[in-house]
Amino acid sequence: MTVLLIALGAALGAPLRYLTDRAVQTRHDSPFPWGTLTVNVAGSLLLGAVAAVPAAPAVTALVGTGFCGALTTWSTLSYETLRLTRAGARWHAAANALGSVVAGLGAASLGYALAHALTG
Amino acid sequence: MTPPEFRVDPDVDLHVPADRAELTAHPATVLGAIAAGGVLGALARAGIQAAFPHPPTGFPWATFGINVTGCLLIGALMAVLGARPAHPLVRPFLGVGVLGGFTTFSAYAVDAQRAVAAGAAGTALAYLAATLVGALLAVQVGDAAAARLLRRRAAR
Repeated sequence: MTVLLIALGAALGAPLRYLTDRAVQTRHDSPFPWGTLTVNVAGSLLLGAVAAVPAAPAVTALVGTGFCGALTTWSTLSYETLRLTRAGARWHAAANALGSVVAGLGAASLGYALAHALTG
Repeated sequence: MTPPEFRVDPDVDLHVPADRAELTAHPATVLGAIAAGGVLGALARAGIQAAFPHPPTGFPWATFGINVTGCLLIGALMAVLGARPAHPLVRPFLGVGVLGGFTTFSAYAVDAQRAVAAGAAGTALAYLAATLVGALLAVQVGDAAAARLLRRRAAR
C-alpha cells in the first residue's frame, strides 16, 4: 500500500515540477532558473508542514515521500548551477545554489511553524 | 551573454526550441514519460531511505548519497544528450522523471530543519554544506567523465 501511495504522489509531483517550471519560465526571460527554485521552495514548505503534524504513515508516503520528493529536485539544481558557471554567470550560479539552500531551509521552518500554529 | 540554445535547466528550458515545442506536440506522452520516470526514481529513493534510516539528530546518509548520485548521473546524462541524437522522450523520462524523482530537495531542507530543532545544529550545518558541495562536485564529475568517454569513442 505504501509503495502505491509513494508511486501516486510521485506520478503527480514529477509532472507538476515540469509544468510549474514551464509556467514560471514563460513569465520571465532571465537565465536565472526561477522555476526550479519555485518547486524546491514550495515542496520544502509543504514537507515542513507535513513533518510538523502527527501525520498518518499513508499521508507521509503520499504527500511527503511521493509528491514533495518528486516535486523537488537536487539533480536539476546542481546541473543548472554548473551551466550558469559555464555561461560565465558566476553570480547567478552562486545565488542559485546558496539562495536555494537558504530559501529551502526557511520554507521548511515556515511550513513547520505554520502547521504547528494551525494545529495547536 | 548566452547563445539562444544554451541550456541551463535540464528539466525544461524554454530557450531550447525542442523543449519549447515538446509539450504542445505530445502533451500526454511527455507528461506520461515524466510521471513514469518519477515513480521509478521515487520508489528507488524510498527503498534506499527505508534501508538506511537515521535518527532526527543523525546525519541523513541515505538522502545524502541519493542526491549526490543523482547529480553525478544528471551531469553524465546531459553530456551524452548534448553530444549525440537521442529519442525525444529520453530527457523527459530519465532526466526530468527518474533523476528528478530520485533526488529530493524537500527532504534535504526538512531533515536539516528537524536536526536544528532536535538540538543538532552542527549536524544540520555539516549536512547542508556536504550535500551542497557534494552535489556540485558530482554534477561536474559526471559531466566530465561522460564527455571524456564520448571523446574517446569519437576518436576511435
